[in-house]
Amino acid sequence: MSHLYDKPQIRLSGDRAVLVEYGDAIDPAVNEKVRAVTALVKGSLPEGVEAVIPAYRNLSILYDPLVTSPDRILPHLLGLEARLREIEVPEPRTVEIPVLYGGECGPDIGFVAERGGLTVDEVIAIHAGTVYPIYMIGFTPGFCYLGGLDSRIHTPRRKTPRTLLPGGSVGIAEAQTGMYPVDSPGGWQIIGRTPLRLFAPERENPFLYEPGDRIRFVPVSPAEYNRIREGEGR
Amino acid sequence: MDAFRVVSPGSLTTVQDRGRYRFIDRGVPPSGALDLTAFRIANLLVGNPEGAAALEVTMAGPVLEVLCDAADVALAGADMDLTVNRQAAPMWRTLRVRKGDLIRVGQAKSGCRACLAVTGGIDVPLVMGSRSTCVKAKIGGVEGRALRKGDVLGRFAGQPLRHPRCVPPESVPVHTADIVLRAIPGPQEEAFARGLDTFFGSSYDITPEADRMGYRLQGPPVHHDEGFPQSIISEPTIPGNVQLPADGQPIILLVEQTTGGYSKIATVISSDIPKIAQAVPGSRVRFRRSTLEEAHRVCREQALRMRELEAHLVSPR
Repeated sequence: MSHLYDKPQIRLSGDRAVLVEYGDAIDPAVNEKVRAVTALVKGSLPEGVEAVIPAYRNLSILYDPLVTSPDRILPHLLGLEARLREIEVPEPRTVEIPVLYGGECGPDIGFVAERGGLTVDEVIAIHAGTVYPIYMIGFTPGFCYLGGLDSRIHTPRRKTPRTLLPGGSVGIAEAQTGMYPVDSPGGWQIIGRTPLRLFAPERENPFLYEPGDRIRFVPVSPAEYNRIREGEGR
Repeated sequence: MDAFRVVSPGSLTTVQDRGRYRFIDRGVPPSGALDLTAFRIANLLVGNPEGAAALEVTMAGPVLEVLCDAADVALAGADMDLTVNRQAAPMWRTLRVRKGDLIRVGQAKSGCRACLAVTGGIDVPLVMGSRSTCVKAKIGGVEGRALRKGDVLGRFAGQPLRHPRCVPPESVPVHTADIVLRAIPGPQEEAFARGLDTFFGSSYDITPEADRMGYRLQGPPVHHDEGFPQSIISEPTIPGNVQLPADGQPIILLVEQTTGGYSKIATVISSDIPKIAQAVPGSRVRFRRSTLEEAHRVCREQALRMRELEAHLVSPR
């Protein structure tokens, strides 16, 4: 069954933002549509549009009401969408994220393995064996919600969230996986940590990825982890 | 050049500008001055360009020692006692200060937040396109935090004004404890076919849980209609969105949040966000149903009024 609407649903989010919604579920086809339309809109940004924010099933368009309005933005967007088949949507980038799995960096990996009737090595192979689309970035700067997690390692959140997770922690919550870019509290099951700085505000581009990109996790040894970490100036 | 030494920081004083929208799709909150009207007026009063960074003062203000030879400052927003060298000084007008002067911003008598602008604007590094402080992400402003005692703040170069400016008394906003906010239903108004009447027909108290992230209200609960789930698939939040968690008590979301998973019954129009910025715990809020057409008309009127104000900033008598 498809979760895609026949026609996108338009929702007002105040007088500076409009939401264009393509479906009613966390679903690869719905998000692929969001990604494609976002890429097209960003490719020919209508005057007065200040930001385009893709999420699981919709995109939010922020605009300056002194310059434009949904009356002008939406026909443009729907026109682009109608030509989706003819216009080439750029292929998503795949960003590789090195991860040291288990041990002190991934204290919950044993729990994830036990629940799935797997070995720790199998959990690592499964988690690192998928290329994940970024469905949305939010909660904290650079926190990404990734889809496509193998059902064998779906794991509920921790009953009691941790009060402090180190930045770089990689976790699982139900059918999702993702990364905590900065130190923060969190309830996800933590299976590893990346030595990369996922949020570096002083850099020209402070982030390694954007919505619509894909993420591949690459297992690294403790020695490689330390070498990369030093290269990041941490 | 150095502008101020912070003698006392006040309850929460941060550097803010118009906000940081460039990375809003990466989970970076917009931040920025909450009362953008007061922010623009304060900058106009010292002759700054519109987006120059200023200090946002909350409830009780800082004490600042002036470190530069001469500069103009102006305070606009909540009604606060202001003194320079222990002499009462007016808000809403240009004040010339000199090296060694002591600026003291007192307790708010009405309203909640004020902006203190200085000639040239506050000089802190541009982080991701803005100087605004985001305490949660620890970026912008002074080391990504509120001001502390002993901080030294710089300012950019700029000429003090030849003639001081002042806002005509009839243009000074009045902050009352009864606030009416215009709001457009949506983005998830269909979940509240019955709740909309309660929402627009009731009045709500502002609870002590009210900050730049959001204002929690308390009053007649607004419940989802039967058949609608309590939460939605997470999506971006916009300043002004009114979200309704399971307990039915509305939360107005503001500028330090980027995503949320609760249904949003309505969104406060952008022109009325400054009214929320000036609301304090104990104030009462009512929502009046608005439309996109009305909201955009109000935006244009407000922009026009700001231009008129700029043209008519009078020399004080």
